[in-house]
Amino acid sequence: MDYGLDTKSTRLKTFNTIFIITWLLIACFPFIWTFWGSFKVRADFFSRSDWWYAISAFNTLVETGGKFTTNAYTEAWTEGEFWKASKNTIIVTVFVVSISLFLGTLGAYALSRSTEKYAFWILMIALIFRAMPHITLVSGYLFPFFELQIWGILPTTIVVLVAINQPFTLWLLYSFFKTVPKELDESALIDGCSYFQAFRHIIMPVMWPGVITAGLFSLMLAYNDFTVTALLLNQENHTMVPKIQSYLGTNQHEGNLMWAVSAVVSATAPLFMLVMFFQRQVISGLTAGAVKG
Amino acid sequence: MPNKTFFWFFLPTGLAMILFIGLPIISTGIQSFYAQHDQVVKEVKKCDPFGCTVSIVVDNEETTKIRDAKPLGKFNGFGTYTDRNHLAVDEIKKFWNETESFGAFVDQVTNLPFYKALIFTLTYCLFVTPNVLLLGFIIALSLNAVARKIRGPLIFGTILPMIVTPLVGSLVLFWMIDSQGIIGANIQNLMNDPYLSLKSSKTLTWITIIIYGIWHHSPFAFVVFYAALQTVPQEPIEAAIIDGASRLQRIKHIVLPHIYPVVTFVALISLMDNFRVFEPIIGFSAEGSAQSLSWLIYDNLVNEEVILFGSAAATSMMTIIGIAILLAPVLIRTWKEFKTAR
Repeated sequence: MDYGLDTKSTRLKTFNTIFIITWLLIACFPFIWTFWGSFKVRADFFSRSDWWYAISAFNTLVETGGKFTTNAYTEAWTEGEFWKASKNTIIVTVFVVSISLFLGTLGAYALSRSTEKYAFWILMIALIFRAMPHITLVSGYLFPFFELQIWGILPTTIVVLVAINQPFTLWLLYSFFKTVPKELDESALIDGCSYFQAFRHIIMPVMWPGVITAGLFSLMLAYNDFTVTALLLNQENHTMVPKIQSYLGTNQHEGNLMWAVSAVVSATAPLFMLVMFFQRQVISGLTAGAVKG
Repeated sequence: MPNKTFFWFFLPTGLAMILFIGLPIISTGIQSFYAQHDQVVKEVKKCDPFGCTVSIVVDNEETTKIRDAKPLGKFNGFGTYTDRNHLAVDEIKKFWNETESFGAFVDQVTNLPFYKALIFTLTYCLFVTPNVLLLGFIIALSLNAVARKIRGPLIFGTILPMIVTPLVGSLVLFWMIDSQGIIGANIQNLMNDPYLSLKSSKTLTWITIIIYGIWHHSPFAFVVFYAALQTVPQEPIEAAIIDGASRLQRIKHIVLPHIYPVVTFVALISLMDNFRVFEPIIGFSAEGSAQSLSWLIYDNLVNEEVILFGSAAATSMMTIIGIAILLAPVLIRTWKEFKTAR
């Protein structure tokens, strides 16, 4: 802690620096390594004989004539149809984010402005819903969806992801709306606005930071989801994460590990960029509920 | 806000949650009382010049007919809950009567699929949650001590393990510690044991998944603790320094009490998340030696021949009960606070 009175010994400082460097290595090295390896051939990155091949690129040189190759990427994106998976991911993410923000802001605004007892109970129920493992919900969906013949298509998955996302979005936006003073919309109501007008013209313009944070979290949920997309979408409509799993192969058919490696890199890179730009919002979102409550 | 306005504002999100979270739970409950139909068999008499043989084959036509008439399956009551793959009531009774020592009994019981998964899930929660709190807190303290200018990139590096999906996170680790990966191969060389690998030992698999869990969840604890540390008031700390309190004493008596509510919040969230662990099991391809409750449900649902709705639903219901038990103390406490606040 950086206080004037607080003097740190050099030993403590050195120890602290070493600790942080070690932790950052543990946290980041696996990603750097995967990125590095995605430009090699399988015999190098998953070397049976010598792990040093992954660095010296012995087999990559033999097979492709260069030290780096983008074969894994080209094959995964074309032959492996990863382009289709990323297209699906974009569709799912865009719709999930916009719909859940629309529903979430309306609901959370109502919750934050209500003084009734039921508002508390709704928040508690939302907390319980938040705790439900997604796979238990999926086991409830599958049968009715088969019967209604809406299994396997993107719209179903989008609606399900929106719903699963609502409890968290509500809690997050609720804590943001609580920080907007009540007097602001009350004065608008006195001036003759309806609640919706006050919400639309007075509250929403000052809520952008909160909305961006909530949007980022919906985005990460939709983008990262495996449980729902793997079980509710058919092969054709798979998004990126279940697609990566299908490259791993099963007992029945052999997968293509290098496709999986390059797909992991392709799927992770946009996410990292996004978080780099919006780091402040991600952190404020994670702490919104915690620090104030 | 008047009730009527509240209703219209809340309707869309409420409807979404009722339809796709509330109803599925009920649907799971109903499904858990049904089991898939048995296959209809018939005797087929086949004659050839050497004589006649009677064989039993599956009557596909009849089976499909029954399945179409009653897609939910046959009513099974609590049968699925008590069968061998779930609570295994009969088996436990048998083990209790047959085994000689208590240890042998426990051994037998923990080999049953449901108990095996339950024990793994609980072990995972028990080891990951406290370590996540501890590591997150230490990282927060230590990052809080570095110069403000370089904190941004350091925070970005720290939260990377958290923002990737568990499947991807476990895969990137698995590719390194697998016997053909950089760390795995080096450990083999170091130990001089070419057969040493993740899959060869159950304990090793469990430890790996637990380490993965700590790696993946610590950043979350870090972020929350870091934000909480920014709100610690400075005056008491300065006073403590003047009074000669050591660094540890300051943390123990000023910082920790101040961020205590946040600690419970992080513990609760990470407990809820850890209880649903299942993607790392797929990522590490550890199905052989580690199964969690969520993985059991997943396995039933991706079953190749017939999807075992009933079996998956029964495990789901018991998982939900488990979550309820975990959450109960928190809910009771919040309710008491709410009552006293009024």
